Amino acid sequence: MRDVAIVAFSQSKHERRIETQNEIEMMMPVVGELFDRTGLSADTIGFTCSGSTDFLAGQAFSFVTILDAIGPWPPISESHVEMDGAWALYEAWVKLQIGEIDSALVYSYGKSSPGDLPKVLTTQLDPYYVAPMWPDAISIAGLQARALLDSGKATERDFAEVAVRNRRSAMDNPKAQLAGEFNADDILAEPYLASPLRKHDCPPITDGAAAVILAAGDLARELSDRPAWIRGLDHRVDAHALGLRDLTVSPSTRLAGEKAGVGNAPVDFAELHAPFTHQELIIADALGLGDDVTINPSGGALAANPIMAAGLIRLGEAAERITRGDGNRAVAHATSGPCLQQNLVCVLEGDD
Amino acid sequence: MTEMAKQLAAVVGFGQTNHTATRGDVSIAGLVREAALRALDDANMTWDDIEAVVIGKAPDFFEGVMMPELYLAEALGCVGKPLLRVHTAGSVGGSTALVAASLVQAGIHERVLTVAFEKQSESEAMWALSLPMPFSPPLVAGAGGFFAPHIRSYMHRTDAPPHIGCLVALKDRQNALKNPYAHLHEHDVTFEKIEESMMLWDPIRYSETCPSSDGAAAMVITNEAGGDANGNPAWIIGNAMRSEPTMFAGRDPVNPVAGQLCADDVFAQAGITDRRAEIDVVEMYVPFSWYEPMWLENLGFCPVGDGWKLTEAGVTRMDGDLPVNPSGGVLSTNPIGASGMLRFGESTMQVRGLAG
Repeated sequence: MRDVAIVAFSQSKHERRIETQNEIEMMMPVVGELFDRTGLSADTIGFTCSGSTDFLAGQAFSFVTILDAIGPWPPISESHVEMDGAWALYEAWVKLQIGEIDSALVYSYGKSSPGDLPKVLTTQLDPYYVAPMWPDAISIAGLQARALLDSGKATERDFAEVAVRNRRSAMDNPKAQLAGEFNADDILAEPYLASPLRKHDCPPITDGAAAVILAAGDLARELSDRPAWIRGLDHRVDAHALGLRDLTVSPSTRLAGEKAGVGNAPVDFAELHAPFTHQELIIADALGLGDDVTINPSGGALAANPIMAAGLIRLGEAAERITRGDGNRAVAHATSGPCLQQNLVCVLEGDD
Repeated sequence: MTEMAKQLAAVVGFGQTNHTATRGDVSIAGLVREAALRALDDANMTWDDIEAVVIGKAPDFFEGVMMPELYLAEALGCVGKPLLRVHTAGSVGGSTALVAASLVQAGIHERVLTVAFEKQSESEAMWALSLPMPFSPPLVAGAGGFFAPHIRSYMHRTDAPPHIGCLVALKDRQNALKNPYAHLHEHDVTFEKIEESMMLWDPIRYSETCPSSDGAAAMVITNEAGGDANGNPAWIIGNAMRSEPTMFAGRDPVNPVAGQLCADDVFAQAGITDRRAEIDVVEMYVPFSWYEPMWLENLGFCPVGDGWKLTEAGVTRMDGDLPVNPSGGVLSTNPIGASGMLRFGESTMQVRGLAG
């Protein structure tokens, strides 16, 4: 594989409701920051790919006008996935592997505030047999959490401790929406939101955006003092029907992790896209991450969860920490679909 | 560091559904499987041979299912495999195939299945395109309201006579009679019937408009070894995508710079210098009749202003020297998300000698 690195990452300050900006206005400063830092521009970047969903915007072809945020004139080579930006990064990485271009811009955004997000996500379910019953996204996640408890692999206190750790880590993340010092006992005294999940087990609803620049070989070294090299990148999907899956495990994460080579060397830290506390336990287990691995130093999706961008942000946060020298080998993970149906795993390394 | 050379990719299988206004006999999953199984059959492969799946469709509002590829994972044999979902607006059927090809060209996979679909009967496409947005005046109802002013501009610039659109519609609907999969089979179609059909978005008449179809298309793309083993592949020797801004005063929607640059790139990759002479057949996205002459110019098959003259002279007919849309095109079959891939797939049938 060709050497490709994440050389720059930028994200918005994540908020519950960004009322005064539309998606283009949210995206422009985030991409503009990357152009300023790298000296690249829309017409010098080899390929651009974005990830978003019309179901947040409430408008068909919503992503078409958002491209204006990067100033695509003269016309550019560009594509879009109706997926989290992590998969847009995958498509861009594939283009770089072909060897005809040396740089790519990846961006994604999610503005959930105009709608009722748990109900919007219901429309992701089987349209004939499940969605018509309108189970919301939190209740669906609750089924998975309940299965995990019943399996004996985790307790409600384990869930609470994941929440405490992520919100504490988020105190060092200036872009986080939800941060603070909480106590597991206090959390466990709170009522259920969707049994066995409490409010603290759930992600905040977020408006936010993120962008990444990828570069190959010498250009990567030119643009960054310490590029975060992509040493493994793979994604897999599980069955959609909840009844066809053991919800306490994530075979697609495990397989993607194996293909990406997670276990080939020790991991310093991991950024896992786990919107719900119990899902972090399932993903860490699937990736074989032990207690010695720092998980979600950014606070993860429990600190800010802009749908469609939260996965890309995990890759960006991990890369930024590699570049900063917080560690030399990181795992970043993104998820999509009900109960961790689809998963992407990326291994990032610095030059020692 | 090893710099990988671009791998040659080939289409070795193509399948499409029988298209119609309402495929009430199948679910969304059943529809995509119909096309996918036909493509696998054409490639002489089974689900197990496929390493990854790339799926595309136009707006999810057309079925009311958010990111429906998740629900289609089992139906498309994806469990445990990589699944990508592309959405690039009307171009999506084509761009989906290009993403699938890139997985092979990059040397990441050897055999990829790509699928595109639309099941318009699940919802109402025209109004899904006309949702009221804050701060946006509701000026259009459906895609025709958006495209009609561009067509009028083309007619004004080129002095094209008003019957050109009817000629395109007549040709495409007659071509569709030879395509068993086409949505519209208008055995009694005549120029007069098209000309007398209701004016919807002046100058676009009802019969110059694409239908709303349920349908899907699928292709199997392999590397060079797979193409050689197949014996009768369609090699991909040029592919490109270009996008330009939506809100930009310098943009010309009648003859977009993005289309010109995209065509220049793709013909250069293929080593083609005389487009009109070296290309035997064209399948292109003509959702409203007038886009045939407009795109002939935009893609560089003739000088600007001459597109309608090719249509009028019969050059683009099945027996002309540059047949355009012998399948009947989008004017005869329009499962929106799949329409681009149908152009690609019909073209592979032409070069593989399978189109009859």
